[in-house]
Amino acid sequence: MTAFNGHSGASLKITNGRLVLPDSRELTDASIVIANGVITAIGAEADNTNADHTFDAAGGIVAPGLVDLCCNLREPGNGQKGNIASETRAAARGGFTTVCASPDTSPVNDSSAVTHLIRDGAQARSPIRVLPIGAITRGLEGELLSDLAGLAGAGCVAFGNGSRGIRNARILRRCMAYAQTFGLTVMFNPENQALAADGYAHDGLVTSRLGLLGIPEVAETASVMEMLLLAEETGVRLHLSQLSCARSVEMVADARRRGIAVTADVAMHQLLFTEEALAGFDSRFHVRPPLRTESDRQALIAGVREGVIDAIVSQHQPHDSAAKQAPLGATEPGLSTIESTLSMGLMLVQRDELTLPDLLAALTSGPSRILGETPALQEGAPADLCVFNPDATWVPNPTTLISAGRHAPLLGQAMPGVVSLTLSNGKVAWQSETH
Amino acid sequence: MTANQAPKRSLQLTEDGQLRHFLTLDGLDRALLTDILDTADSFIEVGERSIKKVPLLRGRTVVNLFFESSTRTRSTFELAAKRLSADVLNLDISTSATSKGESLSDTLLNLEAMASDMFVVRHSQSGAPHFIAESVTPGVAIINAGDGRHAHPTQAMLDMLTIRQHKGGFEGLKVAIVGDVLHSRVARSQIRALNELGAAEVRVIAPGTLLPRDVESLGCTVEYDMQKGMKDLDVVIMLRLQKERMEGALLPSEREFYRLYGLNQDKLALAHPECIVMHPGPINRGVEIESAVADGPQSVILDQVTNGIAIRMAVMSMAMGGQVAERNQNLAGREQA
Repeated sequence: MTAFNGHSGASLKITNGRLVLPDSRELTDASIVIANGVITAIGAEADNTNADHTFDAAGGIVAPGLVDLCCNLREPGNGQKGNIASETRAAARGGFTTVCASPDTSPVNDSSAVTHLIRDGAQARSPIRVLPIGAITRGLEGELLSDLAGLAGAGCVAFGNGSRGIRNARILRRCMAYAQTFGLTVMFNPENQALAADGYAHDGLVTSRLGLLGIPEVAETASVMEMLLLAEETGVRLHLSQLSCARSVEMVADARRRGIAVTADVAMHQLLFTEEALAGFDSRFHVRPPLRTESDRQALIAGVREGVIDAIVSQHQPHDSAAKQAPLGATEPGLSTIESTLSMGLMLVQRDELTLPDLLAALTSGPSRILGETPALQEGAPADLCVFNPDATWVPNPTTLISAGRHAPLLGQAMPGVVSLTLSNGKVAWQSETH
Repeated sequence: MTANQAPKRSLQLTEDGQLRHFLTLDGLDRALLTDILDTADSFIEVGERSIKKVPLLRGRTVVNLFFESSTRTRSTFELAAKRLSADVLNLDISTSATSKGESLSDTLLNLEAMASDMFVVRHSQSGAPHFIAESVTPGVAIINAGDGRHAHPTQAMLDMLTIRQHKGGFEGLKVAIVGDVLHSRVARSQIRALNELGAAEVRVIAPGTLLPRDVESLGCTVEYDMQKGMKDLDVVIMLRLQKERMEGALLPSEREFYRLYGLNQDKLALAHPECIVMHPGPINRGVEIESAVADGPQSVILDQVTNGIAIRMAVMSMAMGGQVAERNQNLAGREQA
């Protein structure tokens, strides 16, 4: 492609693509034209349109840009673990055009000043769209409400308590009731902290064998039930983040049948790995919620397939190496996933555990709906898209990763899915060197 | 099918199956465990000589790296290393570097700079010796002296040596482990060793709050009622109960625990008449065991301590041997190349 950068009204035509249209329709061997940040022509019409630049998709898939509801950019405050520039560039490489920034920053995103800081940082240094998630309680302490209306005005798209949770059910109920007043969406990681206690791994076979401190399944399911009941009572728009248990999926499905406005997501690594990943004390797989059993994994995949789980997230948590270089129980939780999320999903497609349309829906339209948006490859829509070859492979390793976090789930192993181009608002956010 | 990666090359074995670290009994087969017991047997005789030394680790430096305090285990490791003619450095890290904020990795780098050949590690975190074995310079052997709730493989092996001395072998044996299995690295290693060596039955006897989730998956049966659990036992192993277990509502009181799960003469009478009584120590008299039993004719608790030195000599000399063999092989390989 000749030096297309989306500026100065230049237009771009992507040719030879497999276009993923709304309702999982596909156009093969097709073109799409972008001008002024907007999709202007698709299919036959695009074939007959001339553009200033062309990009040969070489038979690769052209899909809406991926949307991540849970991404840690570590800015402000944790520069040793990552920053907006490094992590959004990594996200663009992974095919993402929108990432929601978790409120667990330092300082916590509980004031419009911090929200503006994140948005200004993204404006200046991110090639993709960054949507801040506000802290629902001040300092994520789970005690005092943040200025939710003010934060929403400053640009927070939803509210949660990050990885900290809210211990007190009365506070949780008030958080929901107050958010409901303004029609705001709340996103919570269901975890009963008294039951999770000092645990850091699924309470089961591997914790028993290795003597690790377990987080029992009921730490999640008791919290899911509590949140569903409170959401039903308060009428808030509840989104449950990063489910890990089969039983949680069942409870969400039941709640939907009762008409409760609840949505849910799962982290991609939960669909690929189980508790056995910790069998060699590999601290990378210290994640929260913990990786659980094979039957949980299968139920989570079924949840995605059946639409009970609306979105798959990266739950990207970059760390400096020291945070992971210690005995397992002394390490910090989280994987560096944003560059491998799509590839992990394509591994599930290769194994016939998930179809490509289901995967893409859970990475695009599913999360977008939760944010109140409807992205699609259609004329007039913003040109947020990615082009990837699902069969080409790449090998993540500490030197090839862009993220400051080198603890990717699969290292030194070929993974399917190479993103050749990511366009955010019509501008090139990522282009692979081979193009 | 999941994408969990296949285990890498065994961390504690060389390519030809020799011990090079001793971290856990997982992955060690019956032949190797028997080899450890036989080697230890040969060292028992050394302890009976007037000059109790063999030169197997002469010129080697062994560092006792204890992040958790211990008297018995550390002193038997020290004696074992000295009987193998090694130079020994005892570091009580719980009161030194890490309390000044130094990370474990940094502590290790400093110690490696002192050209040590072996670290004997005790740590409160499960898996800490694995972490150290993965990050240490090749050629340095790591011996696990107890990590968190995970493993205490030398303790389990000295228990196996004691059982073999008294019972002749493991075939057909019925063994019970009584007490706080949940927090016990000793119990986990013992269950593994007894299964691998062919014991007929391993029972754990404890209230539900002191058992790990899915404990049967470790290779044992569960009995809540100690009276029933004592039936036909050849070996009963009592575990130490930490006083703090009353705090998180795991147990109501020492009194109730002792009444239900303490070993006294009445309960011991329910076992096979030749049943031996073991305890990894230090014992809490009147909490998990009655003095008359601890000091009685069926108790082999002091044999366990004596055997501890021989087992530790065996494991240290075998791991050093594996490291040396591997180094020689690598050198030969490089010369050929």
